[in-house]
Amino acid sequence: MAPIPFEHALLLASVLFVLGLVALLIRRNLIVMLMSVEIMLNAAGLAFIAAGSRWGQPDGQIMFLLILTLAAAEVGVGLGLVLQIYRRYKTLDADRLSEMQG
Amino acid sequence: MLNLLWLVPFLPLAGFLILTGSEGRLPKAYVPWIGAGSVGLSAALAAALAFELLALAPEARLFRQTLWHWMAAGDFGVDFAFYLDALSLNMLLVVTGVGFLIHVYSAGYMADDPGMARFFAYMNLFVFAMLILVLADNLPLLYLGWEGVGLCSYLLIGFWYEKPENGYAARKAFVVTRVGDTAMALGLFLLFAQLGTLDIQEAMARASAQWPAGSTLATAAALLLLGGAVGKSAQLPLQVWLPDAMAGPTPISALIHAATMVTAGVYLIARTHALFALAPEVQTLVAVIGAITLLMSGFSALTQTDIKRVLAYSTISQIGYMFLALGVGAWSAAIFHLTTHAFFKALLFLGAGAVILSLHHEQDIFRMGGLRRSLPLVFWTFVVGLAALVALPFTSGYYSKHEILLNAHGAGAAGPWLWAAGTAGAVLTGLYSTRLLLVAFFGTERTPARPHYDSNIGVPLVVLAILSLAGGLAKLPLFPALPETGTELAPSGAEGEAGGSIGLLTTAAPFLGVAIGYLVYRAGTASAEAVLKLPGGEALRRLWFSGWGMDWLYDRLFVLPFVALARLNKGDAVDRLYQGIVALTRLGHRLLVPTQTGQLRRYAAGMLFGAALVLAVGVWA
Repeated sequence: MAPIPFEHALLLASVLFVLGLVALLIRRNLIVMLMSVEIMLNAAGLAFIAAGSRWGQPDGQIMFLLILTLAAAEVGVGLGLVLQIYRRYKTLDADRLSEMQG
Repeated sequence: MLNLLWLVPFLPLAGFLILTGSEGRLPKAYVPWIGAGSVGLSAALAAALAFELLALAPEARLFRQTLWHWMAAGDFGVDFAFYLDALSLNMLLVVTGVGFLIHVYSAGYMADDPGMARFFAYMNLFVFAMLILVLADNLPLLYLGWEGVGLCSYLLIGFWYEKPENGYAARKAFVVTRVGDTAMALGLFLLFAQLGTLDIQEAMARASAQWPAGSTLATAAALLLLGGAVGKSAQLPLQVWLPDAMAGPTPISALIHAATMVTAGVYLIARTHALFALAPEVQTLVAVIGAITLLMSGFSALTQTDIKRVLAYSTISQIGYMFLALGVGAWSAAIFHLTTHAFFKALLFLGAGAVILSLHHEQDIFRMGGLRRSLPLVFWTFVVGLAALVALPFTSGYYSKHEILLNAHGAGAAGPWLWAAGTAGAVLTGLYSTRLLLVAFFGTERTPARPHYDSNIGVPLVVLAILSLAGGLAKLPLFPALPETGTELAPSGAEGEAGGSIGLLTTAAPFLGVAIGYLVYRAGTASAEAVLKLPGGEALRRLWFSGWGMDWLYDRLFVLPFVALARLNKGDAVDRLYQGIVALTRLGHRLLVPTQTGQLRRYAAGMLFGAALVLAVGVWA
């Protein structure tokens, strides 16, 4: 099996990252925004893995483990917050939760 | 025995440390024992040292004691060293002796004051600073004591700090004397820069060797030192602080006027007499300042209604005599008058304090009257003090003032004028003293007096009265610490060649003043008011009452312009800079507030934009 070219992997990671970013910017549902953050994290992880295999170094995989842990923690905290917000405001619309303004 | 010299200043310091260290927790009964006791011990020690020193031959009356190196830099060093000769011994005895009596008196006077421990602590520090000033072997140490008495006078004049005017008087005394101190500091710098030594005796010797008489440098140095002396000793033109300094408790007035602060200037000039001898013009200026001051303040004393202010102007006038003596080269006469003045002025102030205490803090002499009967002890001691002040024959003041006036007469071309001014001042002294006595102690009783003093107050009065009478016999031989010049008047009354008719006139002058005072004030104050009815009488009275309008003048000349400048300078360039920073920050705040929308997605977009910017800078820059 021919190895996947490094450029392709990076391209995929970029596409995923931009997709996540765009979703974060245009969607108003908090859960969807959380999901898009996950997508961006995974895109970054993919880039690390690809780089690690390109240079034959384990660092990329270690970074990916770190990101995985981070994502898990983030989802845990994030979902907790979302639950509280929903209980208090009965909505998940991020634009309507704009009380903390100057 | 002489090796114990260091204890003389350090005993009062120990008293001060104990009193401040106890922070008011000390039982009140112990406070006067520590405060007065420490000064009493050092007075006793000073007396013992005097006996030992005076037993030596005149040329050998000299003792130096180096306690420690104060500062050292390369081969330059300043020692914490004391210098005891006849001059400093004389001052030592006056400061500790009169100071001790005032301390004892304070134990009675301040007995009801809640701040008694603080009071005694300040008093002890005052005595310590004055002793350092007197004993200093070098100029920096002298300056340390000099500033120390300034600080203590500030603390003590403003002792009753709840009253704003007391704080004002304290600040005034501090600032006005500071003007003189600046001149003096410059003088010390000049001496050090030119002579290369800070040791007083060494500096005087080098000055005499390096500078010809009348040279510019000697004149400048003497002038600058004179500036300091004029400030501390309340002479023209810096005398304005002293009458206001009456705001402090009466024992303070006695201490400042009699034994410590105001005599510092006289001591300084006597200590550096070699320098003044090199600058004849400045020395003449000293005499002229003294003569003018003694006349001006004599007239002012004539119009005051506050018993303490009468005495304050009288002090300025008497210090004027000392300056007159210094100016004509009668060094030992000046120190002699300083000593006798310490006796009778302390007596007068303490007597005034007893009167004030018995009248529940009434200080207006026109509301006293008839105290002769109700306060006999105070009356008789006060009479003695006034007699010495007026210089009636056979009191201590007579010998010292007589000596000064005879010396003044023999002092060159200006001599007769200086003598005339001094004699006119003697008439004035007789006049205002008689006024004070007749108005306050004779006539009808206007405020009922209840004697309110105990032996703590009575004993110092009696001792000081004896000293005021017999102090003329206690003249210390000051040679060789001070050169012998002019006419020395023996206490026996034998007069030199300058005696004769001049001596007779000098002796008669106070009697003239007393006689006029008696004629005017004999039957109450009515005839005095008749005098004021004369054309210009009221205007003159107001001028003299205000101390010749010096306060008014200084207000216009310095205080008001300074206040105006300060107000103008409130928004100066530096302030503008900081105000600008504040305004800029405010502006930025107002601009950035709208960006804080609280909308999550805008923040995310902002982060994206920022990250893109950083990346772009990283890639292309």
